[in-house]
Amino acid sequence: MWYHKPVINEELLQSLPNLKIVASSGVGIDHLDLNLLSSHGVKASNTPFVVSTDTADLGMALMLASSRRLVEGYQMAVSRDTEYFPADWLGTEVSGATLGIVGMGTIGYKVAERAKGFEMKILYHNRNRRNKEEESAVGAIYCKKIDDLLQQSDFVLLSVNLTPQTHKLIGRRELELMKPTATLINISRGLVVDQDALVEALQNKVIKAAALDVTYPEPLPRDHPLLKLKNVIVTPHIGSATKKTRRLMMENMTESIQAGLTGLPIPNEVF
Amino acid sequence: MFRSKAFGLLKPIPSMSGQPNLAYKFIHPAIASHGYHCHRRSVDYRQRYKTCPGSAGGRTVMAEELPGVLILDIGGTHGVLENLAALLKKHFRLITMKEFLENKKEMSKKIQSVFVFECRPTIDQELLESLPNLKVIGNSGVGVDHLDLKMISNFGVKVTNTPQAVADPTADIGMALMLASARRLVEGCQTAVSPDTKYFPVDWLGVEVTRATLGIIGMGSIGYRVAQRARAFDMRILYHNRNRRRKEEEEAVGAHYCEKMEDLLQQSDFVMLVVNLTPETHKLIGKKELGLMKPTATLVNISRGAVIDQDALVEALQNKVIRAAALDVTYPEPLPRDHPLLKLSNIIITPHIGTATIQATRMMAEEAIANMLAVLNGQPIPSEVFPK
Repeated sequence: MWYHKPVINEELLQSLPNLKIVASSGVGIDHLDLNLLSSHGVKASNTPFVVSTDTADLGMALMLASSRRLVEGYQMAVSRDTEYFPADWLGTEVSGATLGIVGMGTIGYKVAERAKGFEMKILYHNRNRRNKEEESAVGAIYCKKIDDLLQQSDFVLLSVNLTPQTHKLIGRRELELMKPTATLINISRGLVVDQDALVEALQNKVIKAAALDVTYPEPLPRDHPLLKLKNVIVTPHIGSATKKTRRLMMENMTESIQAGLTGLPIPNEVF
Repeated sequence: MFRSKAFGLLKPIPSMSGQPNLAYKFIHPAIASHGYHCHRRSVDYRQRYKTCPGSAGGRTVMAEELPGVLILDIGGTHGVLENLAALLKKHFRLITMKEFLENKKEMSKKIQSVFVFECRPTIDQELLESLPNLKVIGNSGVGVDHLDLKMISNFGVKVTNTPQAVADPTADIGMALMLASARRLVEGCQTAVSPDTKYFPVDWLGVEVTRATLGIIGMGSIGYRVAQRARAFDMRILYHNRNRRRKEEEEAVGAHYCEKMEDLLQQSDFVMLVVNLTPETHKLIGKKELGLMKPTATLVNISRGAVIDQDALVEALQNKVIRAAALDVTYPEPLPRDHPLLKLSNIIITPHIGTATIQATRMMAEEAIANMLAVLNGQPIPSEVFPK
């Protein structure tokens, strides 16, 4: 299964009596109905660890591009109407700013490692607290309440998986808790954010900007307000889109499939 | 607002005689910022800019008594930003070019310093001849290739720059450009918002940054900070520099010295230029150097446009001799609107925004002010630039 296709539904499963395993590319499995698969005796796998560094890299790329207004800057640099570069055109700094990571799994932790290179102050919120060594290795401070993280961060980065608990995790209330100078970065899933609330928050300058690799749906309808806002960067879900990583993902998937077909323990099985 | 990313460089010395207090003790940035690694941004600089410090009941210094500083303008397209002008006013009498030209006779004697912001005003022979009391040109920014250092020195005028303030934001832009280019961020944005996009194609790929090889040409203050950031991405770091860094410095960032630039060019996935522009670095990267780079490599320039032979770069990009380029600087700036660099799909250009942040412009002004005051007060000058 690549990019969530083909769609696995009851009809398809009934027509494939010998189906043993569904190997899904990427780490997210929110598009899979695991109960349905299980009821047909079909196993499922994903590709969790190989996507981590690329996704973390993209999170950093989005944060830097947003704060330094890279896309706007590029447009100015190449625009036919540009006669000079104005002196009062400014962005804001990443170095030394406060990054709040919501979801400190493998990807979130790699973001923290990278942010440390920029001497950022790192706060994190997670279901479970990381151990002391892990925290001090990246200088990350645990925020038991997400509110504390939201109120103190200059950048809020979402790297949770999508579950019923994280659906619309960031809504109107959370956006209002954020600083008006803050930027929201989403490299998790579109549905983790209440998109309508986000549009409103951006239009009313409740927060400064957003940078999203993921939306709901993908692509957004062409007339969606998010595509028109000046203070938004949207990328087409490219978190793991590099040659090497895609190859590694495919290798993982074939390993899982082979194990599934021979009845051996399946690497990266999901339950 | 972000945590105050500023450091105080000026500590007022209480006046003994009740005279207008123009004496400021310069605090070395390393001390003011408690050392680079610890909370350098938590020092409150605001206390240090009072014009009547120390002794209680000290009288306020009148603006007219302050040394004159010449600036192009306040606000507008190329003028000094208003909040920075306000900083200057605390220590200087501000004289704009317009005011100077309208009243040369009176103003010319008052001007002891010039604050050069975004390369303006232009410092030429005529201007220097008309400013008999000029002692120092305080440049905002670290590059001084736009200043004729020899000519200025012949007039007995000192030149200072702002190496401390530019280092972090410029390193950040280098990383931003490298990441944006590798992951095709600008193209991706265009796809994401284009009215013609119906789906996101699966065969749309970029290249990896983590664990790739970064070759840094020019390992000064900025280059070293790039290395610190790149290390956090687990990159393999090569560097080429006039002088080799100390072993501890190399080990701290895992950087390998390449005595020959050719070795660096042949092994790097990303080549980043972080040199200053001098006769030696002019067209440092030309056809030969581009030919030595991997065809999968990306060239990132955060130094000066003239460090690259631009025509050779166009050719290299068109013929896929290298994969892509990301430039914060070109020659000239902006490029002519019909320049081939603007039409290529494998290039990102940004409008020289290496220090274009609220925090950095403020810090550059503070650093320039500290330098200019040090010259005027006969104190050690933090960052004077000398002609070769």
